[in-house]
Amino acid sequence: MTARAIAEKILAAHAVEGHAEPGAIITLRPDVVLLNDVSGPLAFEQFAAMGATRPFDPARIVLVADHFAPAPDVTAAGAIALTRDFARRHGIAHFYEPGRGGIEHTLLAELGLVGHGQIVFGADSHTCTAGAFNALGIGFGSTDLAAALALGQLWMRVPESIRVELTGRPGPYVTGKDVILELIRRIGSDGAADAALEFGGPGLAALPVDARMAIANMAVEAGADTCVFEGDTLSAADMARRGMAPAPAVMPDPGAPYRARIAIDLGSLSPLVARPPSPAGGVPVEALRGQRVDQVYVGNCSNGTLTDLRQVAEMLRGRRIAPGVRMVVVPATQKIWRQALAEGLLDCIAEAGAAISTPTCGACFGGHMGILAAGETAIATTNRNYRGRMGHPDSQVFLANAWVAAAAALAGEIIHPAEALAPQESAA
Amino acid sequence: MSPLREGPIFEGRIHRFGDEVNTDVILPGRYLALRRPEELGRHCLEGLDPGFVGRVRPGDILAAGRNFGCGSSREHAVIALKAAGVAAIVATSVARIFFRNAVNLGLPVLLCPEAAAALAEGETARITLDDLMIRQGTRHWQAQPLGGEVRAILAAGGLVPRVRQALAS
Repeated sequence: MTARAIAEKILAAHAVEGHAEPGAIITLRPDVVLLNDVSGPLAFEQFAAMGATRPFDPARIVLVADHFAPAPDVTAAGAIALTRDFARRHGIAHFYEPGRGGIEHTLLAELGLVGHGQIVFGADSHTCTAGAFNALGIGFGSTDLAAALALGQLWMRVPESIRVELTGRPGPYVTGKDVILELIRRIGSDGAADAALEFGGPGLAALPVDARMAIANMAVEAGADTCVFEGDTLSAADMARRGMAPAPAVMPDPGAPYRARIAIDLGSLSPLVARPPSPAGGVPVEALRGQRVDQVYVGNCSNGTLTDLRQVAEMLRGRRIAPGVRMVVVPATQKIWRQALAEGLLDCIAEAGAAISTPTCGACFGGHMGILAAGETAIATTNRNYRGRMGHPDSQVFLANAWVAAAAALAGEIIHPAEALAPQESAA
Repeated sequence: MSPLREGPIFEGRIHRFGDEVNTDVILPGRYLALRRPEELGRHCLEGLDPGFVGRVRPGDILAAGRNFGCGSSREHAVIALKAAGVAAIVATSVARIFFRNAVNLGLPVLLCPEAAAALAEGETARITLDDLMIRQGTRHWQAQPLGGEVRAILAAGGLVPRVRQALAS
């Protein structure tokens, strides 16, 4: 039997038609179909236009109001209402909105709905976040997922795999964000086009699940079709913690073919910042020292985890955010929000002068809750810094990890976190 | 939406764009609660070129560079382009989700780096879908072939009719 990479093995296990070899067209049956309040309403219209009356399996469908939630206006409220109505009409129990939900990709994991060897179809490009859990998350548009809702299956071209071999341990202030910004910096925003990124190697042990989510989340920013991490004791323990039944991790066969192999020594990385307008614009934080910021944003499906909030709190504890800078912190889910409250993180962050939001996709995609004016600059733990991404076309966004974002909040400009914490130099 | 069928001919003026035209600049996030084509079409490419909607005429063609449509999976981007009057896109390369969305809604995307580089702003080009040829004046280019599943969706007139047929049978 041919040696296969992880993606091919997971795809093969879900194929109802076709052979899972790179380049081939296969038909897949997913474990979960995920839609939100932006992609869902379009999909529901197409579902009706297809003549479908019942979705394939209500228990496998997850609907999350997260983009324009809580609704900022009547139009957005209408879109959420359509999502809620679809759930009610078809007996879909997995419908989540503010107060009981969060950002879809973080929430999906937290609910124990994604684990080793599974496939998630999501009407959102960041569905690839599921790769952190030794699963395949595959992003689609609304009409594709209308077809998946109607038929319970969808076609896909099997991607080749690119192996990312991780070694070493990250140093201080280096996180999952820096790993993925380094990878995208190296291969470019379409460097993984038509491919699945496969992450593995001895360095994995030094990357907790939250760090893996930050990495997997931005696979699409390298153009990848999807991505997947090797499973290990950390991912297995995470499944148990989320109440999932044990399942064997899917590992690559020895001698599996890869389109390319990329080595990243975690110990050699320093905190990176991606300059606008591309997530591929990563440079060491020192190179941007002194870049003034108007807004600091910590949150989103890549970096709104408890790990990120702990990093922010550690930076801000007993300190004040610089005058003229505003900081918005958005825990990714209600559960993370409550845990951060219980740990005293939220109080510490609020005391420093930051605004804390309910979980929402919010300003990350330029929706609401922290939009930038013309000429403004933000540093954000989000995943896209395209022109106008967070507001006015003449605003700009720098991408960085939570340590670096919090350091910028303290200094009012981009600065290395260690330097932000150092005592002020004397004038002598 | 008029779904694409094999065989049509598109003739329109070229609007040139560069590399990495992402779906955020095609249809900025603040408009994502909108769904009606006429509402979305008014904001087409607003993030990159606010004057585009005033210049584009029905049947016009975009010539773009590498990784067109990258980023967000928002199908609103394809709906906005179609509603603004864009009839076809010629690009060096295109992001996977955007390409699927375009095929599903019947917006032809032709991959042809040579044509994408050569076509100039304001020129009139002609595209024939049955043979995937792009012609401008005396010049012509052959676009990359389409996969079998893509051709099947196009032949059905888009993904909605294709699934409707599947559900009816």
